[in-house]
Amino acid sequence: MDLLEYQGKQFFAQYGIPVSDGEATDNVDDAVAIAERVGYPVVVKAQVHTGGRGKAGGVKLAENADEARMHASNILGLDIKGHVVKTIWVEIASDIAEEYYASFTLDRSAKQHLGMLSAEGGVEIETVAEENPDAIAKIHVDPTVGLTEDQCRAWVEAANLNPDATDGAVDILMKLYNAYVEGDADLVEINPLILKPTGEVHALDAKVSLDGNATYEHPDYTKYDATQPRDEREEAAHAKGLQYVGLDGSVGVIANGAGLAMSTVDVVNQVGGKPANFLDIGGGANADVMSGAMEVINNDPAVKAIFINIFGGITRGEEVANGIIEAMNRVTIDAPIVIRLDGTNANEGRAILEPHLSDSLMMETTMLDAARKAVELADSQANG
Amino acid sequence: MSIFVDENTKVVYQGLTGSQGRYYGLLNKEYGTQVVAGTNPKKAGTDVEGIPIFATVADAMEATGATASCIFIPAPGVKGAVLEAAEAGIEFIVAITEGVPAHDEAYFFNKLRNDFPNTRLLGPNCPGIISPGKCNIGITAGHIAKAGGPVGIVSRSGTLTYQALYELKEKGIGVTTCVGIGGDPVPGTSFIDCLAAFEADPETKAVMMIGEIGGSAEEEAAEFIKANMSKPVTSYVAGVTAPPGKKMGHAGAIVSGGKGTAQAKMEALADAGVKVGQNPTEAGELMAEIVANL
Repeated sequence: MDLLEYQGKQFFAQYGIPVSDGEATDNVDDAVAIAERVGYPVVVKAQVHTGGRGKAGGVKLAENADEARMHASNILGLDIKGHVVKTIWVEIASDIAEEYYASFTLDRSAKQHLGMLSAEGGVEIETVAEENPDAIAKIHVDPTVGLTEDQCRAWVEAANLNPDATDGAVDILMKLYNAYVEGDADLVEINPLILKPTGEVHALDAKVSLDGNATYEHPDYTKYDATQPRDEREEAAHAKGLQYVGLDGSVGVIANGAGLAMSTVDVVNQVGGKPANFLDIGGGANADVMSGAMEVINNDPAVKAIFINIFGGITRGEEVANGIIEAMNRVTIDAPIVIRLDGTNANEGRAILEPHLSDSLMMETTMLDAARKAVELADSQANG
Repeated sequence: MSIFVDENTKVVYQGLTGSQGRYYGLLNKEYGTQVVAGTNPKKAGTDVEGIPIFATVADAMEATGATASCIFIPAPGVKGAVLEAAEAGIEFIVAITEGVPAHDEAYFFNKLRNDFPNTRLLGPNCPGIISPGKCNIGITAGHIAKAGGPVGIVSRSGTLTYQALYELKEKGIGVTTCVGIGGDPVPGTSFIDCLAAFEADPETKAVMMIGEIGGSAEEEAAEFIKANMSKPVTSYVAGVTAPPGKKMGHAGAIVSGGKGTAQAKMEALADAGVKVGQNPTEAGELMAEIVANL
């Protein structure tokens, strides 16, 4: 779960990390009221799940109420790389002496937490990593030990920040590590982490990604659900509890298991088609799950053919076949369907499907043949 | 021979009294796995179809001589279950459960590495392990695998593993052991652990490796293969067309910051002399060619 900047700042604040005084809103009048409360100058910032907000005109400085009103009304509704701004964050502007970068994430190779700190903040860290890798001080933290203050101080010293920033940086980084672990985050990033002319260290931005698997420990994380970047199709699939990712092609894909679903999307591409989605219905393939999946695919107007790719393991071919037929009775499908059923009792399953086959329900035995058929159908539907 | 488990492996099921644990535990037993015990602190002294239930893993080990455990406990309890098994002295822990928080996984991975170096963890979020004809721990349908070798399989994906087992069986090719390492960010057992074990196993003559997008485990495996493997390897990597920034079902399957792409993984593997298929069927065909020439 990716948080918007304002949610990230509120998350940081809960763990004692200093952030600028501000509030989020979805309307211009409130934006002006917030600006009046926190005091000018203020920064009005678009809240969207994409980078490059500044260049797109989504971050503006306001010296007074008129400017705050103008910027708020211009930014709300702005389209930034396909993301329409619904929420803005208004905060008191900060004086900046220096800009740094700080983050914690999991290093999957080392299987430990990785902290990164750089005196070169305010720019893309990937650029720094490429052009000047020595400018990033790295630290590995054993999760069973945690980050000690001595370790943290040595790390800050290795990053060559302004000596005035050392104590403040150590304090923030200890809190940031705590937020990362206690909050079950996949990523916490502050860019820029600033040193003010007055000597305080402060988080001017917040990028936080939380582990969706840990929501049972954090029931309040359901509040982030509404602001996840999903298109209409993904929203509908999410509501049905399906693992769905929208793509931009014309072949709807339903498969069981994440690996097989990924592979199905790949194979559709390999034979010259374009998949409309990734959809994993999990290990079983009963009528409830199958009809939910079919409904989601059917509601996507771009879908011209559907490829159902099921491998029966514990779930037998007969159960899968009956599930598909039952689902087709429940949902009226517009696009032709190509089924590939393999694995446990595949022949028995195919025998059940046999009498139902028609121009709108076809069957192939291999993944490649089924993909070719589905792509051919999608192309002819699109042209006809 | 097989790796990690064989016909002598005695297994205690943590969570045997739950619906999933009971269903798969009994299926595993029916397959021939030595399912010797289950645990549930509230149901000690009872049994599941004749399999005795103990309060703790330590009690079960003492009474039955179990050396392996299989975890079907819901995600919030997995960290405690893994640590309990390791502390009791279990040598091989298979955690099937999906949805375990990454911070829990990182914690118990390091705890085992630091304090219980003789305990191997497989998973979480994996289908388990099968040495066909000998032992099946987890959720793989036993009958889709042909026993006897000469192929070893290691995979990050469940259904693609089944697909591979089934295609090899259709071609009349047997498997020594098939290890599903799971699709999570911190798998207890890595590709390299399995490749090293297959390299050392005299009955395994070739290895099939099924990867997917995300992380750098396939690239690391490629380096290992280049430096250490004498046996031929075929591979398939799922997710060639996955869009960056979107998780494809598995918590670990994500292309982020341009890293972890299938293309880079396939190139690294091909560089290491691995025969890489463009789809699972092609990887199976490449393996059939290798086996025919053994």
